[in-house]
Amino acid sequence: MNVMKIAWRNLWHKPLNTILGIVLLAFGIGIISLLTLLREQMGASFDRNVKDIDFVLAAKGSPVQSILANVYHIDAPTGNIKMSEAQRLIRNPMVEQAIPLAYGDNYERFRIVGTNEKYLQHYQAELGQGNIFSKPFEAVLGAKVAAEANLTLGSEFTSVHGYDRAASSEDHHHQNPFVVVGILKPSGTVLDNLILTPVESVWLVHEHPVDPAEGDSAMLAAEEKEVTAYLIKKRNKGAFGMLSKMAENTTMQLANVAVENSRLMNNFSLGTNTVAALAVVIVMISLLSVFITLLNAMKERKYEMAVMRTMGASRAKLLSMVWTEGILSVLMGYVCGLLLGRVALFLLGTYLEEGFHYGLNIFSFSQWEVIVLGLVLILGTFAALLPALKATRTDISKTLSHA
Amino acid sequence: MIQSVNVQFSYDRNSSFRFPDVRCDKAESLLLLGGSGKGKTTLLHILAGLLTPTSGTVTIAGEDITLMSPKNRDDFRGKHMGIIFQSAHFIASLSALDNLMMVPYLCGKGLNRTDALALMKRLGIDHHAAKSPQQMSVGEQQRLAIARAISHRPDVIFADEPTSALDDANTREVIALLREEAAQAGSSLLIVTHDARLKAAFTNCIEL
Repeated sequence: MNVMKIAWRNLWHKPLNTILGIVLLAFGIGIISLLTLLREQMGASFDRNVKDIDFVLAAKGSPVQSILANVYHIDAPTGNIKMSEAQRLIRNPMVEQAIPLAYGDNYERFRIVGTNEKYLQHYQAELGQGNIFSKPFEAVLGAKVAAEANLTLGSEFTSVHGYDRAASSEDHHHQNPFVVVGILKPSGTVLDNLILTPVESVWLVHEHPVDPAEGDSAMLAAEEKEVTAYLIKKRNKGAFGMLSKMAENTTMQLANVAVENSRLMNNFSLGTNTVAALAVVIVMISLLSVFITLLNAMKERKYEMAVMRTMGASRAKLLSMVWTEGILSVLMGYVCGLLLGRVALFLLGTYLEEGFHYGLNIFSFSQWEVIVLGLVLILGTFAALLPALKATRTDISKTLSHA
Repeated sequence: MIQSVNVQFSYDRNSSFRFPDVRCDKAESLLLLGGSGKGKTTLLHILAGLLTPTSGTVTIAGEDITLMSPKNRDDFRGKHMGIIFQSAHFIASLSALDNLMMVPYLCGKGLNRTDALALMKRLGIDHHAAKSPQQMSVGEQQRLAIARAISHRPDVIFADEPTSALDDANTREVIALLREEAAQAGSSLLIVTHDARLKAAFTNCIEL
């Protein structure tokens, strides 16, 4: 016999009240853990993808959209920009580096991005197999693309017009096949989900069919060509004002990644904070339920408690029994909550994978969850303490005389 | 053994009790008989250290329990006394056997599982070992209470109206069991009751 066994049995002697407390707490903790995991993992994933990209030069439209489309690859681009126009801006000495991105096609819902080797260098991508592309229609695959689309070195595939749509019979399949020349190691960045190819492939694919062997990129005059965006790294402070002024009278606009990002995160936080406040209220109600359950149990077990005292139980022993009971139910609620949060994250993760190719890790632990555990244990102790004290303060003689 | 001298007690100014001295030697039994309002339960609670008398001494196994600190008294009570109440109270969430196993947990001495089962068998309630005490009859519950009170071989066994809820046949059986088990454990047996049916069975009797 030990205090755990007694507390455990007492918890399940009248299970309904116990279950109510556990379910309430599980919901509250579940929401909190889902939100914190989501926020931390999305934040970390955003940071990894932004890296040193300062601005995005893209067609006029919503700046947030141009960031989402060109940095995170989770929205449709705002349109295309003329290379000739863009060149004038990126040749400015305030621009340290500008990486072109051109797209419009996908294979099995993975975006085909026309770019150059700087894009790979930017994310410090490492090749797992093969080499980097050197001519049009050569493709380097992100790790996830290779795994999920079942492509290996030397595989050929044809692209489908559109960004995220799966191929259907009505879709226009482009004729020129791409050849896989390299596969990247997993990097935890957007590259995992992209098919990279020289910009020229994207230009060529939308012209009349060309034999890739004859596709001479030199013949494509840059002035006539369009790209979707340039990812720009600035050289010095104040570049944004200057460069965006330059873009003012063009079809282009410059979006500041840091500004749009914090705007995005603020909107996200506003939503999550509201839900988090609700979760805190649920947790409080659950603790109140634990408190009331214990208080009622003490009323019911008044005689048991008195008899235990006559059998030599000290007040401290009774106190520890009641405390253990309260803490056990709080702990069960907490653990159920963590599991619930992860189930929700997993479901959300599969949903996001399909739509946005965002992997979420359900096995990671948020430091907030540890803090919440501490808080819940402290508050749980308070919830158990009053009933426990009430139980130990009972006058044994009086209680037993009125039995 | 147990001995009390000049014990007085008052709940308030209007009701005060002066109790006769009580003495019960090792392995002996004593009946405290009295009608309601005579302070039977009060005396039992004083002797068991659940109430502190306004004056007088209560000595059990050579120690004056009125001088002990509440914590020491709780501890002492657990080790040296076994109490059987008018209506038996058990830990509702535990089985009959586990209720017996609470004794060593709470006072630090008592029977292991095998011996506890053997004791239940001797009292004819071993088939209820895994059941909840509430599923047992009143007579069986009283026998379980006896088992719980004697399993750690206390110096004194107190029984407060142990037979008031029982019919004649059960009363005889319970009293016989109590005396038998107390004798086996070498404990003093002190029964407080208004039940005159018991008078014939005891040679030592104090009327309040």
